[in-house]
Amino acid sequence: MNKLNASIRIALRALRVNRTRSALTMLGIIIGVAAVIAMVGVGAGATARIQDQIQSIGSNLIMVLPGSISTNGVRLGSGAVVTLTEDDAKAIAAECPSVAAVSPAVRGGVQVVYGSNNWATSAQGVTPEYMVIRDYTMLSGEFFTTQDVDSAAKTAVLGQTVAVNLFGDNDPTGQVIIIKNVPFTVAGVLTPKGQSPSGQDQDDVIILPISTAKQKVLGANKANAKAVSTLMVQATSPEAMNQALEEMTGLLRERHRILPGQEDDFSVRNLTEVFAAQETSAQVMSILLGAIASVSLVVGGIGIMNIMLVSVTERTREIGLRQAVGAKTRDILSQFLVEAVTLSILGGIIGIAVGLTASVLISYFAKWSTEVSVLSIVLAFFFSALVGVFFGYYPARKAAYMDPIEALRYE
Amino acid sequence: MAAVIEIKDLVKDYKLGEVPVHVLKGISFDIERGDFVSIMGPSGSGKSTLMNIVGCLDKPTAGTYKLDGISVGNLDRDQLAEIRNKKIGFVFQQFNLLARTSAEENVELPLMYTDTPDAERHDRAMKALLAVGLAGREQHQPSQLSGGQQQRVAIARSLVNNPKIILADEPTGALDSRISVEIMAIFQRLNHDDGITMVMVTHDPDIASYANRIIHFKDGVLHKDERIEKPRDAKRDLADLPAEKPEEAVKL
Repeated sequence: MNKLNASIRIALRALRVNRTRSALTMLGIIIGVAAVIAMVGVGAGATARIQDQIQSIGSNLIMVLPGSISTNGVRLGSGAVVTLTEDDAKAIAAECPSVAAVSPAVRGGVQVVYGSNNWATSAQGVTPEYMVIRDYTMLSGEFFTTQDVDSAAKTAVLGQTVAVNLFGDNDPTGQVIIIKNVPFTVAGVLTPKGQSPSGQDQDDVIILPISTAKQKVLGANKANAKAVSTLMVQATSPEAMNQALEEMTGLLRERHRILPGQEDDFSVRNLTEVFAAQETSAQVMSILLGAIASVSLVVGGIGIMNIMLVSVTERTREIGLRQAVGAKTRDILSQFLVEAVTLSILGGIIGIAVGLTASVLISYFAKWSTEVSVLSIVLAFFFSALVGVFFGYYPARKAAYMDPIEALRYE
Repeated sequence: MAAVIEIKDLVKDYKLGEVPVHVLKGISFDIERGDFVSIMGPSGSGKSTLMNIVGCLDKPTAGTYKLDGISVGNLDRDQLAEIRNKKIGFVFQQFNLLARTSAEENVELPLMYTDTPDAERHDRAMKALLAVGLAGREQHQPSQLSGGQQQRVAIARSLVNNPKIILADEPTGALDSRISVEIMAIFQRLNHDDGITMVMVTHDPDIASYANRIIHFKDGVLHKDERIEKPRDAKRDLADLPAEKPEEAVKL
């Protein structure tokens, strides 16, 4: 302990003697550590934001869309022909064991009026299961009920964006709004979800009972009054997703009388899977950023090695003298190793401070969310110490194995 | 008196490229405990090589060298370092003090490589500085001291580990004549009062004549070994020399 203290004291003095040089050498490590912390913070922030967005669309979500069909070689786009109905939704709910809930949905653009305010938004006609499927919670009021759907009640649930644009800070619950000249009572306001993974405002929406939406607002399909534009399905668990997909595909092919070998007239999308790919790419970006930043840490380490080599050469006579008065190999080795590690640890500590400041500045000015974990700080610290040991070892060894006679004679 | 240094048939060869150079060609002599020996010889006579071996900085090619009864020939680097630390004090021509380091810390240096506790290290350094007449200058750095004072710090450093012998390689080579005599006075006192064996390399016959014994080297062999019955007394010589600067005069 006594000797280690002495080594640290000698190292600090040597570093103090060459202040500018020590500071410049440390700068390499400072930049390296700061870059690792800031970049990993940016990457982790992006990953966390995507995870939040995936959470916001609802869990275990599968979307069934009307598919393209071809008639006499002419292929029509998705949704061009009515293929999904409310009965399909009921059948899926009843017959697919891996499905937890189903809600048919119709949608369309509407102009909503309250007093002297009006707002263009997207109206969705759904059933109460939709609230469960999308993991909605209510900010105020209640979601409409199955009875409201059955009786085509003129009741509406507002998204936060719509509520703010029509009512400002007032609570819209119980107020009456006008959609296509039809008065609707506001049943409640949804808790905001923010952006979807594809960048849409999920709160710019007005939700109506599907029956009311068809009859009063969007108008029913002339060919089939029961037609819907999508089915939103929730599987019972993440593991049951593929099972649910197979069950639904089989059931819908049977119901739509599609012969084996013919194409589906609907398409099924596993939304969670689509957005999980984005999460993976964010994680890859995070790793890449960290790796690039680590390179600068290694470059900083080479800077330390360079300066330590210069320092060893400059102090050859000192090394010779220390050997002459009794310094053993490991005494000299530890002296220079402690010096290199002191440089890199000091640089590491300053680098952590700079990295934290940088990530705060990045999230403030660039509006990117950053998340600096304690783990990345601890890792950066130990990695910088390791860099000191690794790049300090060669110069220290060179010093320790000098020939004392040569060293004493060195000019 | 028992011999502190026993040298028998000592040979040292160097390889310069393919050609071996025989620097020491079989040397034998002893140095008694408490002796004061000057080693003289022209450059290339092998006296520096001999000093390196005596100082345990180098190992002989053949022959035996015993320091204080320990055969040095088959010790490794770290064992040699330990012998140097425990038994030898070095004084160099160029002082070899650590720059930007106080006199006290320079003197403490050999003790840094021992288990001596802080307080004892401090006390011993202070005592050594007092012994060379530098009390009151413990916190001065080498750049704030004159050449003679620097060499006295170096002598204090060589004393601090209570060595069996002090090896001085041209200790007065960088000093003027008056300061040189002062250094010799310190050496004679350490030799006479404290019984420390002194071995000094010099090519100045005046300086050499302060020793009890002068060994001459020539072409890698012992040329002449003379014992001086009445060595010069540095303290008396100093009294005869006019003090150039009164404050430089040391109370010895």
